Amino acid sequence: MKLKNIFATRWGIIGVGGLIGVLAALLQKLGNPGNMGICVACFERDIAGAIGIHRAAVVQYMRPEIIGFVLGSLIAAYIFKEFRARAGSAPIARFVLGVFAMIGALVFLGCPWRALLRLAAGDGNAIFGLLGLAGGVWIGTLFLKGGYNLGRTEKTHTSVGWLLPLIMLGFLGLMLIFPQIKGEAKSGILFYSLKGPGAMHASLIISLAAGLAIGFLAQRSRFCTMGALRDLILFKQTHLLSGVIALVVTAFIVNIILDQFHPGFAKQAVAHTMQVWNFGGMVLAGLAFALAGGCPGRQLFLAGEGDGDAAVFVIGMIVGAAFSHNFALASSPKGVGPHGIAAVIIGILVCLFIGFTMRKKTA
Amino acid sequence: MSTTVDARGLSCPQPVLMTLDEIKKGSDMEIIVLVDSDTSKENVSRAAQSQGWEIADVQETEGGYQLTIKKN
Repeated sequence: MKLKNIFATRWGIIGVGGLIGVLAALLQKLGNPGNMGICVACFERDIAGAIGIHRAAVVQYMRPEIIGFVLGSLIAAYIFKEFRARAGSAPIARFVLGVFAMIGALVFLGCPWRALLRLAAGDGNAIFGLLGLAGGVWIGTLFLKGGYNLGRTEKTHTSVGWLLPLIMLGFLGLMLIFPQIKGEAKSGILFYSLKGPGAMHASLIISLAAGLAIGFLAQRSRFCTMGALRDLILFKQTHLLSGVIALVVTAFIVNIILDQFHPGFAKQAVAHTMQVWNFGGMVLAGLAFALAGGCPGRQLFLAGEGDGDAAVFVIGMIVGAAFSHNFALASSPKGVGPHGIAAVIIGILVCLFIGFTMRKKTA
Repeated sequence: MSTTVDARGLSCPQPVLMTLDEIKKGSDMEIIVLVDSDTSKENVSRAAQSQGWEIADVQETEGGYQLTIKKN
């Protein structure tokens, strides 16, 4: 008989959310970019830059936090006998959702985690992003109520579940073989930013350790920001939401202590003030997360416990980051990119197409 | 005879939606729910309890769990 999972209790999820808030604020203090102690979308985008599938010079770094999230979840899943290799629930739809989730997130400039961290640091623009996120998730719940479903997964070879963790180990290996060289934009095959957010990071060992700890605990607690909003809207359940609120509260407290709290709208770190598109970008991202069944962080943790479809969503997000920067879709502190608005509209249409047409009966 | 909800292979929130649909039908005092992950087991249990149902039994099956939930 297995032990009861204390992390799945109310206090468990609050503890994990609170710890993520503390670690994120500390990671910023230790070198990560402003209000970006942790941002799953931004960090996957930096990984896309590190391997050169986009060449935006300011956002290229192999973020060890992301590697840690997947491997920490893998370790927890094995220790608690929850690793189950599974796949086959409309992977191409998940890939497309991942691509547009990233495109939407980069119009806002952050995943839901970063939206919360921006709020906890006083960035008022995050309010519009969070409202957009809630709006997107709300649209997603309408589809869920209407029978939207990507179909059942199938149990598969254990090694299928290992592929994304192995890719992450490979990325870590590349980072060790080709470490950052001061003043150099390239080390071996890896790109490194010399300035901008990609040049700001905590040390490898600290980032990796924080990532592993969060990955481990988030796997146990099922922490998910999209799920928090979805369960509130769909079931009036506040279980996951309590973890999200804890994250904001602890990040806010640590930000106050570390003098990282700067209330206002203008001149916030890695943010713009075009509120319609802060909102619109996150409507797209929220809808894509809801249709795919998890926020970007949760998809990493699911991939770590063997979910091959979540792994496809992750790869979709990394590819989406490449599209975002190669096609000038991503925003910058100056505002939305030249083609960002068109991409958000196309993305919402694609998500609606997926939502309306994928209603597989499960009975 | 109790109804069976087969939510194996489905991830959240589908198992919860299916269980709540069955609870809302109100035709049975007992529902058996098949799930294939600990997360679904926790989510279905939490949702059933929030509807005033109790978790009468949890059996480990091959690759998953069989939950029996009963109306209080």
